[in-house]
Amino acid sequence: MNTRIATGLMLASTIALAACSKKAPEELPPPPTETATPTPTAPTGPTVGSQAHFVDAVGQENTVVYFDTDRFNIDAEDQTKLQRQAQYFSQYQQVNFTIEGHCDERGTREYNLALGERRANAAKNYLVSIGIPANRIRTVSYGKERPVALGSNESAWAQNRRAATITIN
Amino acid sequence: MKYVLFASFLALAAPLSAQNQDLGQPIPEGGEVETIEEDGGLEVTVSFEGNLDDLGIAIPGFATDRDVATPANSSGTAALGKELARVITSDLRNNGLFKPTGPDALPQPGFAEITAPSWSTWSNRGAEMLVHGYVRGRADSKLTVGCYLYDMALQQELVREGWVVQPADWRRAAHKCADLIYSRLTGESPFFDSRIAYIAETGTKDNRTKRLAIMDSDGANHRFITTGRSTALTPRYSPDYKKLSYLSYVDGNPRIYVYDIGTGRQTLITQSANPTFAPRWSPDGRWLLYSMAVNGNTDIYRVSSSGGEPIRLTDTPGIDIGGSYSPDGSRIVFESDRSGAQQCYVMDANGGNQRRISFGGARCATPEWSPRGDQIAFTNASTFNISVMSPSGGNVRVLTNGWQDEAPTWAPNGRIIQFFRTERNSGKTGLYQVDLTGENLRKLPTPVDASDPAWGPILP
Repeated sequence: MNTRIATGLMLASTIALAACSKKAPEELPPPPTETATPTPTAPTGPTVGSQAHFVDAVGQENTVVYFDTDRFNIDAEDQTKLQRQAQYFSQYQQVNFTIEGHCDERGTREYNLALGERRANAAKNYLVSIGIPANRIRTVSYGKERPVALGSNESAWAQNRRAATITIN
Repeated sequence: MKYVLFASFLALAAPLSAQNQDLGQPIPEGGEVETIEEDGGLEVTVSFEGNLDDLGIAIPGFATDRDVATPANSSGTAALGKELARVITSDLRNNGLFKPTGPDALPQPGFAEITAPSWSTWSNRGAEMLVHGYVRGRADSKLTVGCYLYDMALQQELVREGWVVQPADWRRAAHKCADLIYSRLTGESPFFDSRIAYIAETGTKDNRTKRLAIMDSDGANHRFITTGRSTALTPRYSPDYKKLSYLSYVDGNPRIYVYDIGTGRQTLITQSANPTFAPRWSPDGRWLLYSMAVNGNTDIYRVSSSGGEPIRLTDTPGIDIGGSYSPDGSRIVFESDRSGAQQCYVMDANGGNQRRISFGGARCATPEWSPRGDQIAFTNASTFNISVMSPSGGNVRVLTNGWQDEAPTWAPNGRIIQFFRTERNSGKTGLYQVDLTGENLRKLPTPVDASDPAWGPILP
């Protein structure tokens, strides 16, 4: 089981490496100092399964995938991030998590609720396709109700069209 | 054994209290309004032939036969008579169609003058129309309010009507009088005696509190229904005003609840773990539409308002959402991105015969069928303006031009459209309304920011 996941991840990573980053929004948080391999259960570090532990392990930038206007497809860059998440959730099988789907403000309220749900499910479906059990993943849509970037411009909107992974403690 | 029973009682009680934890104080139910025959009244043609917005209407204070105490006004029925005239004046002024003059700038007629105006007192005030009325406190504490409209040029009565209301409903008598005047002078159906449900917004753009709230059509009798602990969105009044359906995150997920105003209880629109959105009532109140996402795919469902098995009306990959019944209940206009972007579609009430009606090139969202049946209002979700079109999708007209206008809702008579406007960057929101002609745009007064207006029908 674990071997199959690992093989799948390696294959997917190889493919993903070939794809260039092209739509990462500006003003992303700084890259993490953490290396790819997490060193869990250090006596003073965050608890396993806490959001802080997850962020430390996979890097903040890998906890959120971004979408183009009105789109919900998981592209190569998103896949790389989700594979990084899948490594974590394979290693810590006791950790369940929520994927929050969000939209930018330039959409009508109800449609955005449905679109956020579709984005969260797109990320979930990819994680399931690479071996994470569906029953560990909860989805919730916030539509345009919870923006992280507060401006009314393309850069802010790009940061708000997202699916964010949050661990459940 | 006792402990076991106690434990199971707790288990049953917990979900109920969790479901209601965001609800504030229950709303007292409104009383009945009885219409009474006022003797007299002839069919008279209005003499005025100019534009209605030049039409001067004098509205002095309503007279009372006896100044008595009333729960409706701490100073008694005489002061209440003036208040009634102020409400009517403000209704007609805000509507933008007339030039009313209120009681504060006019002499006070006596009780006997209500049915026999002193024409000479009013003839040189530049008003073509004169409104007279009275209020009488009854022994059972109810109020009788009479309303008379006179044509100054003809020196004749045009229409009269009277109502018996509970003291708490005194504003409804004023709205009914404004409706009577408006309908008599324009030939249109009434709309002032109605209510609006909406979402009250406070806080910063990234930490917004959204509460379900209700108010009369003029903003009075404002009440918050939810406490704001969880986000509430997209309310809709049932046509009989006895229930409110709305979206709440009270259990952490977006779900539609039906709140019974009389009992204060609320229930999920459907027993499902899936998120539900966009509640809509049928005009006769027998059906509720809702949209539900299953594995990310949203479709429209219909369920009887008394419960029962839901029926799925749409079945396409993509987002089918919303829905608004034609006034006769036979068809539904809804939005779908099955073509690749949001567009408006019409289907039969049972889901059959689905066909796209919007082909203007822009995204068509949140369609709402006019209560008159002849227009569909929608959000142009490319430019974010409120527009109208015919039910076949023709004759598109743009009515507003804010930075972001969305979510139209119709006045009960189909002559005015309300919507909400969002400001660029700040994210501040407010309710606006505009005539079907695109004229008389104005912001509605609300205690805090406001969105998602839903205008109910004329009160029963």
